[in-house]
Amino acid sequence: MTTGAATTTAPKGPKLKTSAMIASFADPGQRTIPAPFGNALAELAEQDERIVGLTADLGKYTDLHIFAQTHPERYFQMGMAEQLLFGAAAGMAQAGLVPFATTYSVFAARRAYDFICLDIAEPELNVNIVGGLPGLTTGYGPSHQATEDVAIFRGMPNLTIVDPCDAVDIAQAVPQLAASKGPTYLRLLRGKVPSVLDEYDYKFELGKAKVLRGGRDVVLVSSGLMTMRALQAAEALAAHRVDVAVVHTPTLKPFDEETVLAELAGDRLAVTLENHTVVGGLFETVASALVRRGQARRVVPIGLPDAFLDAGALPTLHERYGLSKDRIVERVLAELG
Amino acid sequence: MKASRIAGVEDAAYRIRRYALGMGEVQGQGYVGQALGAADILAALYTDQLTFRPAEPEWEGRDRFLLSTGHYAIGLYAAFAEAGIVPVEELETYGSDDSRLPMSGMSTYTPGMEISGGSLGHGLTVAVGYALGLRARGNPARVVNFLSDGELDEGSTWEAAMGAAHHRLGRLTAVVDINALQADGPTAGVLRTEPVVEKWAACGWNVQRVDGNDVPALLAAFDAVAAQAADDGAPSVILCDTKVGRGVPLLEEREKAHFMRIEEHEWAICREQLDEGHRARTETRQEAAL
Repeated sequence: MTTGAATTTAPKGPKLKTSAMIASFADPGQRTIPAPFGNALAELAEQDERIVGLTADLGKYTDLHIFAQTHPERYFQMGMAEQLLFGAAAGMAQAGLVPFATTYSVFAARRAYDFICLDIAEPELNVNIVGGLPGLTTGYGPSHQATEDVAIFRGMPNLTIVDPCDAVDIAQAVPQLAASKGPTYLRLLRGKVPSVLDEYDYKFELGKAKVLRGGRDVVLVSSGLMTMRALQAAEALAAHRVDVAVVHTPTLKPFDEETVLAELAGDRLAVTLENHTVVGGLFETVASALVRRGQARRVVPIGLPDAFLDAGALPTLHERYGLSKDRIVERVLAELG
Repeated sequence: MKASRIAGVEDAAYRIRRYALGMGEVQGQGYVGQALGAADILAALYTDQLTFRPAEPEWEGRDRFLLSTGHYAIGLYAAFAEAGIVPVEELETYGSDDSRLPMSGMSTYTPGMEISGGSLGHGLTVAVGYALGLRARGNPARVVNFLSDGELDEGSTWEAAMGAAHHRLGRLTAVVDINALQADGPTAGVLRTEPVVEKWAACGWNVQRVDGNDVPALLAAFDAVAAQAADDGAPSVILCDTKVGRGVPLLEEREKAHFMRIEEHEWAICREQLDEGHRARTETRQEAAL
């Protein structure tokens, strides 16, 4: 299957071979932190006895095994049964517990939507949905690539959606997700997760966007791992004498329109960057906010195409679909003319 | 089994049926056939089995009754009225704008309604989590999920059936209303679910199958469940064969339909037939007592 999106030349050297399920998007040599979600949940559980963890046969692959080791009596294996996973999470919340239920994003969004919608979101229960492999974080192919999970979930009332950038975001988000009243969906980054935001004056605040750096020429609005790429691209563009601002929007719903629209008020080139299809995600969230407030202007969307993606090695695919730092730099320079 | 216990449940079932007919008439429609069919089960639960405080629907110690089949709400509202959870006078608001009693049962609308049913195949999954959660919190309350045989079509029901047995949820009971009818017609022709006893047993449940319109049989089945209930035992299911429209011969004999049409002039006939059956049963009881 080809999408016709492979417009750049293939990377030099031997072909990368892995289209494995679990792949890392960290750059070679990048500072990483292991299993930030599992560790944060285990730590939170020490202070809050209501915390429980559930999974649908993916504990080891969503870092919930860390929690299972520290709190075995509060870990519930529901089997490869996602409808049961989320229905049961609803029941546990009704019994007064605060569940974190993990699976891959594709299975949460595609297989179990009705259960999340009616059993969790409608009664506004404090269930925290944790989805692994969001967007293009596996080269395994469309069965596991949740390229449209945000588009699916954005239409669900009451659901808070969080797309963290790195280990810092995840560690700081977990207690805030547990403390927030209704249901949440976390686009999980698992395994060895890059640590980036600790280099900035930054704290994760649920519902808030943060300006990570200022810049006169371009403003990049990004969420998820694309904020890491946006920061790298901003550094690289400085060498081209392009001054780039980066606004990180880890909470996609409810969206911090105040902060983002204030940044888009001028005439700087505006670009959104998301690890998600350009349909129904960050770009459309920003665009609709601009139009609604009568602040319509051009915005360049960087994101995945409206297509089923190829299988392959992640670096190859991020290059192919325009998510790599180099492709972002190229695109911004082209837009600036 | 004491005759007074049986009579108490049968009389409650009669009143539940009467309330359901009343709600159906006000609205001009409703799932009256299902309410009549399930009335004996609901009466057994709300007047004999479940522990709850009518004035305190959120009381921690209550048994949890989860109605999967949202459209049976008309029957459950009638049971709520019988149990004193909602006032009898409020029943006439059923299905009206701003009523606490919408056509499909929703937890956010009605005191005593534990879940929002309606999308079928959800209730047992939530029941599994509820039972796990209560056990984890040391709360010995029971969880009872009422579902229909149509819901056995849904794969999620079987995910939950396996999950309940795997986690040994001995305080969870499923009550399946087998009226052999679903939206497109008889269950046997839509998607064959038999043999249901063997299916539940194969999933690891204690299984009983009874006539769901026979109050002594229902009570005996619930007693057997209570005798078996253990914190970490097998979950129990009571498969209840019921008759749509039960207690009203006009409706029992009508061609079976998921959504039963009742003409304006027929409501009075339905009520008379129901009352007549109740009178006859009361007289038989009195004769037996002499």
